[in-house]
Amino acid sequence: MLARIAQIEQEALNALENAETEEQLERWRIAHLGRSSPLMKVFESMHALSKDERPSVGRRANEVKSALESAFAARREALQQAALRRSLQRERLDVTLPGRPLAHGRLHPVTRTLRQIIRIFASMGFQVYQSREVETDEFNFQLLNFPPHHPAREMQDSYYVDTGEARGDNPVLLRTHTSPGQIHAMREFAAQNPMHPPPVRIVLPGMCYRYEQVSARYEVQFTQVEGLAIGENVTFGDLKGTIADFARCLFGESVRTRFRASHFPFTEPSAEVDFECFLCRGEGCGVCKYTGWLEIMGCGMVHPVVLSNGGYDPRRYSGFAFGMGPERLAMLVYGIQDIRYFWTNDLRFLEQF
Amino acid sequence: MKVPVSWLKEYVEITLTIEELARRLTLAGLEVEELRYVGLPMPASRLEPTGGAHARQETKISGLEWARDKIVVAAVLEVMPHPNADRLVLCRLDDGSQEHVVLTGAPNLFPYKGIGKLEQPLKVPYAREGARIFDGHQPGQVLTTLKRAKIRGVESYSMICSEKELGISEDHEGIIILDDDAPLGMPLADYMGDVVLDIAITPNIARAASILGVAREVAALCGTPLHPPSYDFLAEGAPIEGRAFIQIQNAELNPRFVLGLIEGVQIAPSPYWVQRRLRLAGMRPINNIVDATNYVMLEVGEPLHAFDYDALQKRANGHPPTIITRTAKRNERLITLDNVTRVLDDFTVLVCDTAGPLSIAGVMGGAETEVHAGTRNVLLEGAAWNFINIRRTIAAQNMSSEAAYRFSRGVHPAMAARGVARCLELMRQWSGGKVAQGLVDAYPLPPEDPIVEFHTTDVRRWLGIDLRADEVAEILQRLEFKVEVEGDLLRAKTPDHRLDIGTGVIGMADLMEEIARIYGYERIPETRLADELPPQRVNLRHEVEEHLRDLLVDLGLQEVMTYRLTAPEREARLLPGEVEMDEAEYVRLANPIAIDRRVMRRNLLAALLEVAERNARQETRLALFEIGPVYVPSKGFELPQEPLRLAILMGGGRVLPFWQGATDGHLDFYDLKGVVEALFRSLHIEGIAYQAAEHPTYHPGMCARLLIDARELGWMGVLHPSVQAKWDVPDFPLLAAELDAELLLEVIPPRFNLVPIPAYPPVREDLALILDAQVEAGRVAEVIRQAGGRLLVGVQLFDVYQGEPIESGKKSLAYRLTYQAEDRTLTDEEVAKIRQRIVQRAEQEFGAKLRAV
Repeated sequence: MLARIAQIEQEALNALENAETEEQLERWRIAHLGRSSPLMKVFESMHALSKDERPSVGRRANEVKSALESAFAARREALQQAALRRSLQRERLDVTLPGRPLAHGRLHPVTRTLRQIIRIFASMGFQVYQSREVETDEFNFQLLNFPPHHPAREMQDSYYVDTGEARGDNPVLLRTHTSPGQIHAMREFAAQNPMHPPPVRIVLPGMCYRYEQVSARYEVQFTQVEGLAIGENVTFGDLKGTIADFARCLFGESVRTRFRASHFPFTEPSAEVDFECFLCRGEGCGVCKYTGWLEIMGCGMVHPVVLSNGGYDPRRYSGFAFGMGPERLAMLVYGIQDIRYFWTNDLRFLEQF
Repeated sequence: MKVPVSWLKEYVEITLTIEELARRLTLAGLEVEELRYVGLPMPASRLEPTGGAHARQETKISGLEWARDKIVVAAVLEVMPHPNADRLVLCRLDDGSQEHVVLTGAPNLFPYKGIGKLEQPLKVPYAREGARIFDGHQPGQVLTTLKRAKIRGVESYSMICSEKELGISEDHEGIIILDDDAPLGMPLADYMGDVVLDIAITPNIARAASILGVAREVAALCGTPLHPPSYDFLAEGAPIEGRAFIQIQNAELNPRFVLGLIEGVQIAPSPYWVQRRLRLAGMRPINNIVDATNYVMLEVGEPLHAFDYDALQKRANGHPPTIITRTAKRNERLITLDNVTRVLDDFTVLVCDTAGPLSIAGVMGGAETEVHAGTRNVLLEGAAWNFINIRRTIAAQNMSSEAAYRFSRGVHPAMAARGVARCLELMRQWSGGKVAQGLVDAYPLPPEDPIVEFHTTDVRRWLGIDLRADEVAEILQRLEFKVEVEGDLLRAKTPDHRLDIGTGVIGMADLMEEIARIYGYERIPETRLADELPPQRVNLRHEVEEHLRDLLVDLGLQEVMTYRLTAPEREARLLPGEVEMDEAEYVRLANPIAIDRRVMRRNLLAALLEVAERNARQETRLALFEIGPVYVPSKGFELPQEPLRLAILMGGGRVLPFWQGATDGHLDFYDLKGVVEALFRSLHIEGIAYQAAEHPTYHPGMCARLLIDARELGWMGVLHPSVQAKWDVPDFPLLAAELDAELLLEVIPPRFNLVPIPAYPPVREDLALILDAQVEAGRVAEVIRQAGGRLLVGVQLFDVYQGEPIESGKKSLAYRLTYQAEDRTLTDEEVAKIRQRIVQRAEQEFGAKLRAV
């Protein structure tokens, strides 16, 4: 009987070698471990054995049963692994094919640049102040110390608004700079406490207009950001320090600034500010036209006439103002050759940001 | 202002290199825009203008260097005919070391042709073989190197040069004939090499629109002494007294008028060095008399005018002339030197005599009394004019001149007598005339040169530097202010050559600028604002506007910024059919630069559609937005309103092109509505009503009016096909929305509350209703919510169906309903009751039937 069991085991294990699929495996299980399998027959015929034979045959048959069961499990596991291996080998993607494109939005480059400027000044306590675009000559020029026929007006040719009625020497126009907002802001703040007006620290962003032939360098409309700080102890040195801080935030820690004397009717002293070229670090390159410097802004100490017009006594208060063009800054930083790109909104331009 | 350095050096010693000088002037507000080398050695990096790596160059540089061994002063000994060419001559020439025969076609040598050896050899600039000069026959400045060649059978290897060939001017009419005292054989660069500084003069430094004015700045910046020219003249003629008279009618417009007289002049070309200086300064030499007036204008800044004295006497019937200055009569006429008949305004000041107008004061002379070749006696005018009035005149007449350039920026009346005196002496030297003794000087309104008082504490408070009173005084004295010091008080009197210093606190600021400029902006230390920080506030409007931009970008839209100037007919394209917009509805420009940009926009959508047109060729999908103002005229004297608007334009493929093909169709109304709803949801705005309504811009059946609290927030819809046909855009449906951003900002709730995450599980079930196709889904959802009460927390429409097996004229709306209680799990019985209520209400309201599933 024991020989018979050994034979059953051997035959079953041999047959298991040939089981290659799930069905064959299942058929093998029925044939070799099922109710009518030879091994089960052995169990069934146990009762016919002698008392002496029974334990050893029984033990042996149970051993074979569990051996076959684990051989079955191992075989099944091996087949599953092989099947997985085959399918993993089949399932291959071309990882170089493009991904599914997402339609995502972007801010206009002028918005980006404006925000960058405003963010830096906000960290120094300058708050955004906005004012109207359609202005009077009084606010755009006269209160800012541009008397009628002043030579500096030549640099700011204006669009005048047809109001259908004579307004004498105070015509309506499209503001040529955001500076009228300086007067609006100063008057608004001074009204809070005329005897002791509060300090001012604001930035004035917005659209401005000049009567220019459109070209790669000039546009009929452009944005501007001005800054204004007024107090009892605001100096030209503070102006230099504030602008130098701004330059470092914008172009990096080591960037130098250069102040050149200049002239604006609403500031005195006035200066043009050059920043060291962000690309060549002052060595000279195409961006800075080999000068090492980039002309970024105009600035100066607020003219006494402007302080007075805003309600701040120039004998007691002083202040500085500065102004720059986000488009020009963006043109320098991104190497944009033509200012008309900003308002024509070719998506091939906008989508590069 | 073009300043030849050789001329500048007459009045101030220059110890700096030219480039350092240019840098210092630029930092002090006299921006040197260009350095033009005319002979002197150029900075090394620019020797080869065409090739090699650029070096750093703070000032733009151009010009030509004259090699010292190749370009020299030579003497033409004889001018001989060319054997084979009538239009060429051969010059026998001594270059200081040997004789050469040089070929030239210069017309100004032809008078000497064939007359034998010249008694007085002609001094000329001579370029030897190998010299690099500009090609005289090509336009502009093209470098060329002199090489040996045969021209009409005669060997040529060198050249006598014109001004163009040496880079002095554009003049190539003939060769340069130098003054007789030019030293033979001397390198030309040593004799007359130069550099011209081209300086931009801002309005506040009008006083520096002269060589002397620039020299004064150089002297102040470098701390070196200034040597102004002498204003003495040698007067050997009879006194001027009684030989010319002046009448000034309006001293405000003409504060001073000065006359001088020189008799027996010989009109001739000026010495070459004068001609060269004028040319380098950008003026054309005419003759010794006119050149003297221009020379002095360039030198000291006082424009002058020379009259033919005999012509004036003739007009006065042989009497001594009386010069009258007065304003023109309205529509009075005058023919000016440029041969234009000028119709004058009543504010224009004229210089007249008893016979009529002679010139437009300070701007341009008239033809009749001009100096000409036969002029013998010259009456010289130096005057002072109101600069504002000169500005008005040149603006009204649209004319310009070197004189008007200076007078329109302000010339101090003190300069009038100085200019006349200086000019009489130069005329005497250059023309051989005799100067009449004395001047006729009418000076009814001498300006008060302001005296400004301030303290050193003002310097501290304005500039942030601590200077002692004597240091401040020293700076101002360098600029010729007279300064008194009392402790820390300074009293500065303005010198009588400038008009830009005010009085009181304005004068104080004017002086601060001068102190800062001369002290040096670069020496003022950078400090951080130490002043009190103003109360910090939030600019909510600005922040919310920026938040809107971020939200729309997050929703996949591209921001655009468009022109705010447009034309009514451009916006009329938003309406179907032939429409004419009422221009009175617009803010109109009085001086538009182009007819299609003559008004301020009233609308953002037209601009977005223009962007769509521009991108039509490239884009298969558009999703754009703009936030910005529109401009609405107000009544009467009020300025226009500038309300903020928000517009969206979408269209094209719902998904971007992808290699798997299978696109998902075009964007439609509900894509746009999804964006709009998401925007409101992000802003926590609730209660927006979408009302089916008609608007001429939109498809009548695909348009919604947006309301909040019965106020109109805007419109959205599919563009009307007849409107879309007016635009050169792709033919997919375009979806647009326009919102009143002012109202939007107003209705954004300042805060919102979160609801807790439920602790008990929800019950979800689907419900499909069959009802009339016209019933609006919005109303159905509202009824379901009402009927469901507070335990119905979610009503989501997931299917809208029309067609078999649904009866025609009906539709099926399928909802997923979510029921939930905060405090327990709802039982099936509770849910069934609510559901029953919903079905009943739907039946009552709409005749809805439950759809069998």
